[in-house]
Amino acid sequence: MSTITSFKSFKELKGNFKRPSNIFPVVKVSLIADTASPFLAIALKGMAIERGLTLELFESDYNQIERQVMDPGSELYQFEADLTIVFQSTHKFLEKFNKLKPEERKCLADNRIDFVNMICQNIPGKIVYYNYPEIDDVVFGNLANQIEESFIYQTRKLNYDLMNLAQGCPDLFICDLASIQNQIGRDTMFDASIYTSTEMILSLDALPLIASRTMDLICAVKGYFKKCLILDLDNTLWGGVIGDDGLEGIQLGHGLGIGKSFVEFQQWVKKLQERGVILAIVSKNTESIAKEPFEKHPEMILRLEDVAVFIANWENKADNIRQLQSILNIGFDSMVFLDDNPFERNMVRLNVPGVLVPELPEDPADYLEFLYGLNLFETVNYSTGDKDRTKQYQAEAKRALTQSKFTNEAEFLKSLNMVCEVEGFTKYITPRVAQLTQRSNQFNLRTIRYSEGDIERIQKDEGSHCFSFTLKDTFGDNGLIAVVILKTIDEESLFIDSWLMSCRVLKRGMEDFTLDTIVEYAKKASYKKIIGEYIPTPKNEMVADHYLKLGFEKMDSQFLLYIDAFKSKNYFIKKILKNGKG
Amino acid sequence: MEKAEILERVQTIFSDILDDDSIILTSETMADDIEGWDSLTHIQLIVAIEKSFKLKFTSREILTWKNVGEMIDSISLK
Repeated sequence: MSTITSFKSFKELKGNFKRPSNIFPVVKVSLIADTASPFLAIALKGMAIERGLTLELFESDYNQIERQVMDPGSELYQFEADLTIVFQSTHKFLEKFNKLKPEERKCLADNRIDFVNMICQNIPGKIVYYNYPEIDDVVFGNLANQIEESFIYQTRKLNYDLMNLAQGCPDLFICDLASIQNQIGRDTMFDASIYTSTEMILSLDALPLIASRTMDLICAVKGYFKKCLILDLDNTLWGGVIGDDGLEGIQLGHGLGIGKSFVEFQQWVKKLQERGVILAIVSKNTESIAKEPFEKHPEMILRLEDVAVFIANWENKADNIRQLQSILNIGFDSMVFLDDNPFERNMVRLNVPGVLVPELPEDPADYLEFLYGLNLFETVNYSTGDKDRTKQYQAEAKRALTQSKFTNEAEFLKSLNMVCEVEGFTKYITPRVAQLTQRSNQFNLRTIRYSEGDIERIQKDEGSHCFSFTLKDTFGDNGLIAVVILKTIDEESLFIDSWLMSCRVLKRGMEDFTLDTIVEYAKKASYKKIIGEYIPTPKNEMVADHYLKLGFEKMDSQFLLYIDAFKSKNYFIKKILKNGKG
Repeated sequence: MEKAEILERVQTIFSDILDDDSIILTSETMADDIEGWDSLTHIQLIVAIEKSFKLKFTSREILTWKNVGEMIDSISLK
């Protein structure tokens, strides 16, 4: 999945239609808007192709939002989109506002929130809702800030309340149009003469950015997003060259000058790391010298414990990034590489396709604002467990080293003292379960993405049986590493709706352990057979023979296991059951 | 600027936006004469012409041109 490095023009996006895109995965999207939206539709489709997706778009005639949502037989419901984009403009909001009596205007934001809530209750699938870029009608001038019935007051309240609403609606995602207007300015966002002649309120120049921001969200919902940030050191994290300038000579630190820019850049990186983005260093340096600032420089924000994998040597960066990939076991297309050196950037771009390599501005003072504009790390999930990911990968790097010392694999696995906790889906782990269904691409038999809302529904559904697996070992806690969802087909058979696992725990016997758990459960509930299915994607080839390897028989497009015929295999994982699972 | 010169530049913009090198414009050319010149591409053309000539049309102008000649007149008057 390729991503933007800079934004193409509207014309170029339209030109994308000529590119062959029928090979791309299809996403069904509805677009309902209260202003004319044909250009937005073109920009979205063009941007989707840019990202390696095909949008199958239903675009309703404009100003039909109410009818489309209220009428159960409307085209919107017939189309059955995965995702619906709802665009209610500030212009129309203002029009409504203008028609109200002054004393009624106070309630406008509340009314709109009720309406959005109603939309969320009615439209199935995910909803992308644009928030409201401000129009200041200056009727109250600056005083508007303290007058509830002013338009600015109602707009800002609405944007704030939308954020609150979204916290309680797992299928609602706000696309931040207001933020885009802050970035490019109202004059670029809106073209009065075009609006007057066409009812379109987004200018051609703003559309690529808006389409990009929207596709960021759609891609993230579909499971395509960036997980890892790879950083160069010299002139990227600090000014100067550590090997030449030494610890005292590099530019880093508050006060005037360029050292400040690097501190602020590092603070941004640190926040990403805290959010769960994996941080890796790939630098041409002697390792001990490269690590010195991390250990000793008083102004360094990033410390060694923030870095999951630290690679400093004199090999080429493309090889180093390949090595990094083998440690992290994530796709190249989920990595972003930042380096001040155009040669290194091109080297990586050419040799490791998939890795996103943004151009960086020449002046480090411009790094941050430039990166803000790209929105590289879109995500639709956040859970506090994300912070632990760095530790898990650090432990993985250690495990990789230890493993090379053991010639006997069984000995190695025994030495890990693995303990696996099996439980159903609890409220506590719901976000992480949803997240795993969205992040796992490789070890994922059917690649069905579930939102938190979906997971809650599955948990309550009587015909569904849910298992979550967490794994601890000598080197640390791996957290939630596998999820299985079974569905009852009839009295005798269980279908494996989802089986996915984190690639960090491959080759540990977890597959056998998991199947054992499933079989034991099925046995207790008197089922006779288990049916599995493999749905191929460009990324999950590693599990193509998963069921055959585990002893299932191939039956048409599915795989079948008779519980009576099942023989358990040897593994070295101790089981702890919670919630009566198993 | 000479109207002929304007026409030539406008023609280049049309070819670019409509992705058709064979377009030849005269003062009398109307939307119906050119394949792909619809109400949507019209907006794209206007925005491109505005950028190229660094000018801004009024909304009244946008709605009243009957042919390329009138569009050229608007540009030459700015």
